[in-house]
Amino acid sequence: MPDLNLITSDQLKKRHAKEARFQWYGRIAIMISLSFLVFMFVAIFYRGAGAFQQTKIGLDIDFSEALIDPQGTRDAEVIAGANFKPLITKSLAQVFPEAANRADKRAVYKLISSGSVFELGNMVKDNPNLIGTSRRVWLTATSEVDLFMKGKIDADIDEALRRLKDSDIARIEMLKDSGLIKRKFNTALFTNGDSREPEMAGILGAALGSFFSLLICFLISFPLGILTAVYLEEYAKKSRITDFIEVNINNLAAVPSIVFGLLGLSIFLNFFHLPRSTPLVGGMVLALMTLPTIIIASRSILRSVPKSIRDAALGLGASKTQTTFHHVVPLALPGMLTGTILGMARALGETAPLLMIGMVAFIVDIPKGVTDVATSLPVQIFLWADSPEKGFVERTSAAIIVLLIFLVLMNLLAVYLRRKLERRW
Amino acid sequence: MAGVIDMQNETELAVKQPIMTAKNVDVFYGKKQAIDNVSLDIPENEITSLIGPSGCGKSTFLRCFNRMNDTIDSCKVSGKIEFAGQDIYSPKVDVVALRARIGMVFQKANPFPKSIFENVAYGPRIHDLSSSKDELEHIVITSLKRAGLYDEVSDRLDDPGTSLSGGQQQRLCIARAIAVDPQIILMDEPCSALDPIATAIIEELMESMKRDYTIVIVTHSMAQAARISQKTAFFHLGKVIEYGETDKMFTSPDNELTQNYISGRIG
Ligand SMILES: Nc1ncnc2c1ncn2[C@@H]1O[C@H](COP(=O)(O)OP(=O)(O)OP(=O)(O)O)[C@@H](O)[C@H]1O
Ligand SMILES: [Mg+2]
Repeated sequence: MPDLNLITSDQLKKRHAKEARFQWYGRIAIMISLSFLVFMFVAIFYRGAGAFQQTKIGLDIDFSEALIDPQGTRDAEVIAGANFKPLITKSLAQVFPEAANRADKRAVYKLISSGSVFELGNMVKDNPNLIGTSRRVWLTATSEVDLFMKGKIDADIDEALRRLKDSDIARIEMLKDSGLIKRKFNTALFTNGDSREPEMAGILGAALGSFFSLLICFLISFPLGILTAVYLEEYAKKSRITDFIEVNINNLAAVPSIVFGLLGLSIFLNFFHLPRSTPLVGGMVLALMTLPTIIIASRSILRSVPKSIRDAALGLGASKTQTTFHHVVPLALPGMLTGTILGMARALGETAPLLMIGMVAFIVDIPKGVTDVATSLPVQIFLWADSPEKGFVERTSAAIIVLLIFLVLMNLLAVYLRRKLERRW
Repeated sequence: MAGVIDMQNETELAVKQPIMTAKNVDVFYGKKQAIDNVSLDIPENEITSLIGPSGCGKSTFLRCFNRMNDTIDSCKVSGKIEFAGQDIYSPKVDVVALRARIGMVFQKANPFPKSIFENVAYGPRIHDLSSSKDELEHIVITSLKRAGLYDEVSDRLDDPGTSLSGGQQQRLCIARAIAVDPQIILMDEPCSALDPIATAIIEELMESMKRDYTIVIVTHSMAQAARISQKTAFFHLGKVIEYGETDKMFTSPDNELTQNYISGRIG
């Protein structure tokens, strides 16, 4: 009599339980890794969100011709050379008439960022018609004031341990009462280069440095990587030399990135004397680092193009090159692009090799090309994280947020390109 | 009807020169010998079928004719294969020209992931067979018609070739091979993935193509070989055991191995 029982037996029950248990292990693993990710994002956003706002102090500035441009020439050079500090101190004296002695006056002036004179200067340079008029200008407050306004300075601790004294706090409260102090969107973060003053520091210089470096990196590594991959995969006969090359490419992919930085230092800088600290050299070093990744990714994509397509073309009398470039490469291109973009995303986050070639200097100027000195986003984050000023803490997180956004955008671009190009079947 | 065709063939056979001859061909994959001293003549405008058990070297031998074996690194071919009196393995021969004369249809339909039109137009394009767009279109349409596919796809030439059914894809591949206007078409089990109806359509097609082309076909179906081919070669372990008129081979084979294979005792 055969066993026709369809009801769960003990043995089957055990199997089902095993299956369920395994599924749970998987789910728990995913939850743990997800929670790490969420924790990281929340922590960074919590710390960095403040940096997108900046405290500003409203002052009625009298753009007196006598102080800015006594001769009335309206010459750009005269305006650029003018001293705007008296404009601010005069206005401050009206707001705080009780601050009569030098020490008080200096304390009052210290509420405003020392970069404010440049803000004023730029305003007048852009619009010389301001001279002779008077208007309210929102000047950037110093980092200490900003932190206080954001509730990040505890007024209860001993005055001697604070850089913001009780008198300063009283003045801030006074400004608050008269509506002369406000938090506004922090445009400086996106339009300025680096600065010693946290409230004046921005990421534009670093972002452009990263952009130019990646541009160079792409221009070098994409064509070189793809051509290498196509040659090795489609043309090269298997021999001891190709084996040797293959092993070395795989090894290169595993080399720590700082080694590429040292290579760049000794070859590009010391031997070829290319300009130090520039995106040109940075991009070249990043290209060295990205090349193996692109080659390996491209080769595996090329390998996944079915042989039947090659046979079809060859069988029709297409030459090797026609077969490769009419059929194989177009099919592999979306994948190769994706691999390249992912490699570039890694390059964007790379710090160590850039330190080696001097892209770690304090650079205020915004780079205008690949041969201007620059830093890069991750290096900027490193520099800010290393700064003692408390105001840089939230900026560090803000820069990380921006970097993460760029990384996410690049990954989305990779996905988009793959979808879009693949639709051409 | 069948009788008439047979009579025609027999009268033509007497005067016909083989278009392709293979003499003492050996093929090695590395150290492994896949073809052992095979000599075979392929008559013009006829269908020759290669049969034999799996792994006996039919595909390998077929691929020698258009030098597709060149694409396999480990594969070494020796011996002499002549097409219209020229040694195709001589260094002077250009494989591109050779493969334009000798087309191939593969076991698994392998249309390019492009439109139906582009699939057929690709060959004429790379060989510069047309001087204008109209001419190219003409070639594409005649090829599709000859492959018996045109009526089914005339209104969707821009659709991807991969969107067709298996049988249609195989006919598309045949049209693609025809478009280059070859003398010989090599077919490696072209119907093995098709149902009987699609197979019948392709067999009919081959029957009609015979007038313009020489066909060499590898097949696992003895019935198919018997139905469509005039000559049959029986391969076993890399050797040709028997080669001759299909009718004779299937009724009174000379060799016992052939007898066994045909009656289904080995395979
Ligand atoms: N690329 C290759 N590399 C090494 N050996 C191969 C290769 N292709 C075929 N062979 C070997 O050569 C012999 C003949 O193979 P072939 O494909 O010609 O057989 P076949 O007669 O076409 O078989 P089937 O009917 O199964 O298609 C087989 O033993 C096979 O293992
Ligand atoms: Mg085969």
